[in-house]
Amino acid sequence: MPEEVARAAPASPAALFRAFNRLAMMGFGGVLPVAQRELVERLGWLTREQFLELLSLSQVLPGPNVINLGLIYGDRCFGWRGALAACAGMLLLPLLLVLAATAAALRFGDVPAVGGALRGMGVVAAGLVLATAIRLAPGLRANPLGRVAAAGFVAATVLMVAVLRWPLPLVVLALGLPGIALAAWRLGKAP
Amino acid sequence: MSHPDLWQSLLWGPVGIGAAEWWRLFLHFTALSLVAIGGAITTVSEMQRLVVAQEGWLTPVQFNDCIAIGQAMPGPNVLFVAAIGYSVGGLAGVAATMAGSLLPSAVLAVGAGRVGERYAQSRGVRAFTAGLAPLTIGLLLATGAVLLRPLAAEPVAWLLVAGTLWLMLRTKRNPMWAIAAGALAGALGWV
Repeated sequence: MPEEVARAAPASPAALFRAFNRLAMMGFGGVLPVAQRELVERLGWLTREQFLELLSLSQVLPGPNVINLGLIYGDRCFGWRGALAACAGMLLLPLLLVLAATAAALRFGDVPAVGGALRGMGVVAAGLVLATAIRLAPGLRANPLGRVAAAGFVAATVLMVAVLRWPLPLVVLALGLPGIALAAWRLGKAP
Repeated sequence: MSHPDLWQSLLWGPVGIGAAEWWRLFLHFTALSLVAIGGAITTVSEMQRLVVAQEGWLTPVQFNDCIAIGQAMPGPNVLFVAAIGYSVGGLAGVAATMAGSLLPSAVLAVGAGRVGERYAQSRGVRAFTAGLAPLTIGLLLATGAVLLRPLAAEPVAWLLVAGTLWLMLRTKRNPMWAIAAGALAGALGWV
């Protein structure tokens, strides 16, 4: 298995805090697309494959995916101080903005233009999520599942979640377990 | 509004929740934290059941506004629970919903991250991450599809998505430009 190495690393928990604060503040409508862009492409702290691995783990664990990703990555860099720095960086400033917006919404009620703007941002947020998927997809080429099986699992996931609307725990059971078993079998065949 | 009232409202919410209600809010969000596979957004229906249907702390419209604020503001989408907490019980409510949503899953994520790292070269962990990687990509595609479904009949929405994909995949520009375009199109009533 090609073991790629990241081209850079954070110098301190403070650097982690700043990086995660920056990517959170750019993440309107979802932080994941920006996190991929910042951590993989701009900072080079993770390779695309490493990011995909971290994200896979973060997604099957309960809790917000991008927070889990920051916690695990921060912990790997600097232990609990790193986890705290990444998490606090992502949450502190955005939290203040959310509280201000909530107070304003409670006070001023709904203005049509504001509702429309929220809808428009929601559309772009969906586009950003799709772009993240397309960027990460080449990481599957090196997957021990093989390209055909990996593509099949992607399609089945979309079908079950978006079309059939199965609850996520069920999808993880129905596709995750066979996926892991197949990967384990393939890894055992070609050590 | 006199100053003592303003502080009271900031700390405990416009209506003012008592210790018993605070505890119920905290416990409910704590319990949901550990079943929120795929993020806190997957447990929204359960949160709505407590906050709107069971306790009547918020109206359905106020509850939906909280979700929209979490999506639209920069930062992780999980911050919609802060908007709910603030609307229900001021800053005390924020502490209840944020700590409840984040602490249990954060401890689990750091623990799982450490186990994954220690046995990173083992066949089990490699099979685990490889087997789940296609699900990760499929989930991102499905999330985009689910978010776009209500807007499938709107040509401007498709234009916005196409423009977002182009910006993310073909340029190095900041995704904030796409968000701003979406907000503008929405505010003008095009989507």
